[in-house]
Amino acid sequence: MARLTEENVRLAREIIARYPRARSATIPLLHLAQQQDGYVSNDAMVHIGELVGATSAEVFGTASFYEMFKFEPVGKYLVNICGTMSCALMGADELIHHAEHALDVKLGGTTDDGLITLERAECQAACTEAPCLQVNYRYRFRVTNESFDRLVDDLRAGRLDAEIPPHGTVARVRQRVSADRIVGAVAPEDVTDGPTWFDGKAAL
Amino acid sequence: MTSTETNVTSDENQPPVDPNAVTISINGRQVAARKGELIIAAADRSGDYIPRFCYHPRMSPVGMCRQCLVEVEGPRGPMMVVSCMTPVADGQIVRTDTPQVKRAHEGILELLLANHPLDCPVCDKGGECPLQDQAFSHGPGESRFVEEKRHYEKPIPISDIVLLDRERCILCDRCTRFADEVAGDALIHFTSRGNNTQVLTFPDEPFSSYFSGNTVQICPVGALTAKPYRFKARPWDLEKVESTCTTCSVGCRITVESSRDQLLRYQGVDSDPVNWSWLCDKGRFNFEAVASDARLEQPLIKRDGQFVEADWSTALRAAAALVSSALRDGGAGSVAILGGARGTNEDAYAWSRLARALGTSNVDAQLGDGLPSTVFAYPQATIDEAANASTVILLGPDLKEELPVLHLRLRDASEKRRSKIVEFGAKESGLTRYAWKHTGHEPGQQVAAVRSTLTETSVVSQLGKGSVVVVVGRGNLAESPEFTMSALAAVMELVPNAKVLPVLRRGNVRGALSAGMGSGSAAEILERAAAGKINCLVLVGADPLADFPDADLARRALTAVPNIVSLDTFMTTSSSQAQIVLPAAAFGEKDGTTTNLEGRVSQLSRKVTTRGTSRPDWMVAVELADLLDIDLGVGSVHDVFDQMVTTQSAFRPIDRSAIKASPDGVLLAHVGSAPIASPVPEVPERAGFSYRLVVSRKLYDAGQNVANSPSLASLAPGSAIYLHPLDLDRLGAPAGSNVKAIGARTSVVMRVEADASVHRGTAWVPWNQPGGKVGELIDASALVNDVRLENI
Ligand code: SF4
Ligand code: SF4
Ligand code: FES
Ligand code: FES
Repeated sequence: MARLTEENVRLAREIIARYPRARSATIPLLHLAQQQDGYVSNDAMVHIGELVGATSAEVFGTASFYEMFKFEPVGKYLVNICGTMSCALMGADELIHHAEHALDVKLGGTTDDGLITLERAECQAACTEAPCLQVNYRYRFRVTNESFDRLVDDLRAGRLDAEIPPHGTVARVRQRVSADRIVGAVAPEDVTDGPTWFDGKAAL
Repeated sequence: MTSTETNVTSDENQPPVDPNAVTISINGRQVAARKGELIIAAADRSGDYIPRFCYHPRMSPVGMCRQCLVEVEGPRGPMMVVSCMTPVADGQIVRTDTPQVKRAHEGILELLLANHPLDCPVCDKGGECPLQDQAFSHGPGESRFVEEKRHYEKPIPISDIVLLDRERCILCDRCTRFADEVAGDALIHFTSRGNNTQVLTFPDEPFSSYFSGNTVQICPVGALTAKPYRFKARPWDLEKVESTCTTCSVGCRITVESSRDQLLRYQGVDSDPVNWSWLCDKGRFNFEAVASDARLEQPLIKRDGQFVEADWSTALRAAAALVSSALRDGGAGSVAILGGARGTNEDAYAWSRLARALGTSNVDAQLGDGLPSTVFAYPQATIDEAANASTVILLGPDLKEELPVLHLRLRDASEKRRSKIVEFGAKESGLTRYAWKHTGHEPGQQVAAVRSTLTETSVVSQLGKGSVVVVVGRGNLAESPEFTMSALAAVMELVPNAKVLPVLRRGNVRGALSAGMGSGSAAEILERAAAGKINCLVLVGADPLADFPDADLARRALTAVPNIVSLDTFMTTSSSQAQIVLPAAAFGEKDGTTTNLEGRVSQLSRKVTTRGTSRPDWMVAVELADLLDIDLGVGSVHDVFDQMVTTQSAFRPIDRSAIKASPDGVLLAHVGSAPIASPVPEVPERAGFSYRLVVSRKLYDAGQNVANSPSLASLAPGSAIYLHPLDLDRLGAPAGSNVKAIGARTSVVMRVEADASVHRGTAWVPWNQPGGKVGELIDASALVNDVRLENI
């Protein structure tokens, strides 16, 4: 869809400045692009390549390694139902079947109103709470058909807006770091002494 | 493999001890190796073949395929390691032949084949495929994998030339590593992850690298194929000989491969001092031009303005008559010969011998687009010396566009060997990204630029750090070559022990000049011709109307010369003006030797029969001489060679057996002493609102080689005038629109484009592009050329 906005380019430059090599900022900038558009567009990857000094193919190669970067538009909410062993034993397949009918989409599809994209995911490390799912990576445990329908109602009615921001929002990645908290990374070849926290006495 | 330099002082009584020497044991035998060397490389030398897919001796190891597992004795018993990632160590015990190693090799192959389509019968690689071969030699013979294989759309084009079949790909990272590490064009990359991993380009951004063909050669399976060769032959039907590419003067070693007397493929051969196995796509794929239907096959004589076919004896007799009548009417000075840089050393020598016998010195192998041959009089550097120098000073053309594999060697030097590149240029080049310093200058200002940059404190200290090589050529066809020569003299004055690598680009220009084809200058010859002083002009593979920078002078000259004889492979614009056109044998159709830009003489080999009745250039010279009652004293290409090495001082250290014995070639002797620096010509002021013209080459142009190779012809970018984006803004013309370019003599309409690599105040036009008319704007007698641009 779009290149990074002017505001985001400023932010991107701030992020790049935190690393000794511009290319190291590739992943944070991909998050930024996904936050801007809800997915990572081709234009954004070209733009990121220009900003960090990489070819678009290199940015795409890096980005496509990660399942959580989407290259096609997805709904405002990405619903990932876990389909791995514990969840499967506890009825994930039935839940997926139900979800497909309730939303009238196939796995990987997006509802007509553009609100929800449905996906099957691998183990989400909540096996004791099977079957489970994530909405924009926020957990819902021991999901039943009924609780799934309630979840969809709540999402549609906007009752979960406070808890679940739109897909791509990087709530937990600190895009702004105050000056006193910057670690001051240096290129490996420029490191002359041990890390600042290492006083030479600690047992390593 | 590269080894670290060592400084061992040898003592008379003590044999020198090499601190980098180690001894390892491979399968119980002692093998001498060097620190830093990989086990797989040591094993290659000892003859213990270890199967491999991703390892390539010219690229850094990645351990991608795991096929090269061997056992190394460790403190806790034998351990399986990948031999392409494990360096040797003194006393290391390696086994490549135990049952465990065999099992490992079989296991990896079974895995690699699990998803492999096994469509060998329709695969270009079948018959020379490392996967096929090693599946037989090291595989289990059978697979336990019975499930459905992974499927992808069968080949997808990843560029205009290369196709990718992802089902066959074994993810060895050779092509992607090459693109990034060697070519510097990281336009293909692994994408996705796990079972979905695949090589791809960015959507709609093709792998348009000048070096893409190398990935096809090094792909260990048939995943990458090249259009010009796809489905043309099976490897076992190909016959090959080793030869040297003469498309440009780098002189890459190649194999010339044919089937049923048709050239079908050139492959790179690893010549350590020259091309390291790499080729550029222009050199690799222009075999298509040799096979082109447009080739001349029969001598042609013009009768009433029309060419009619003639037999050789009639045509030669007619040519001899033209030469003798010119001699009779105007004396020897009224005969001129242009060309010779396209052929072999023998071709050039035979023609220079004939010229001398006729008594004319109106002879030039360059067409006003090179440098005076005094450039060879400086202490000469080899490509290796340039690539290993601690500082490389670039004074001249964009090597990526003109001498692509030399570009790769210098790029490697700056990326891996940390040589520092100091570049001077009227435009940024393919190496600017890798340069330590780039000094932009207006045309004609190179001496000032050299003097100020090379006296900066940081540069002075860098120059003092080790050897310095100056790479010098003609960077701008729209300025006098004197500027480059003066700049070179200035460098040599500031860095007296620097060596010089002249980079004149025509395939065998150095050989032709050394063989005596440089006694005149094309510009003067054409001036004389335009003044009516040349009665007979012989073009030996030369096309002044297309190649001489000053179009007006070339046109006036060729119109004024009453008799032109052209010896060429194609009907060029210049040969269509000739009275007699003789068909010449092309590359791959003749034996002989060639000389690359560093003066390396190597063997050229004939692989296919000459087209039609065409003959090699040297033979035509000898036959023409015969008809003029001149005995050149040669009857075969070997005679020509032997006479050349005895009479031409530069060739003197070379004999035929030396060349036979050394596939890498033999270096010419260095002749002459450094020329006296001529005073720097005064550059005229540039009028406001005009741009100083920079004209240089792109790899793909309208030249015969490219134009007659269908796979390459469409890659020429086309003619346009490029301005710095800010200058374009000032002009107020939108990019892509047509403007009127007004030169000193005339004006032409050209498309205008923005390009940030063009310096402000200059206008850059690529030379000899299809439909290009930039020659109209160049006055060869002017020091520099300016253009004004007007919106239309
Ligand atoms: S396409 Fe060929 S060279 Fe490239 S990764 Fe696949 S197998 Fe290797
Ligand atoms: S760099 Fe020159 S010599 Fe080498 S392959 Fe290309 S054209 Fe031929
Ligand atoms: S199997 Fe579903 S969370 Fe682990
Ligand atoms: S050749 Fe060693 S891992 Fe591929």
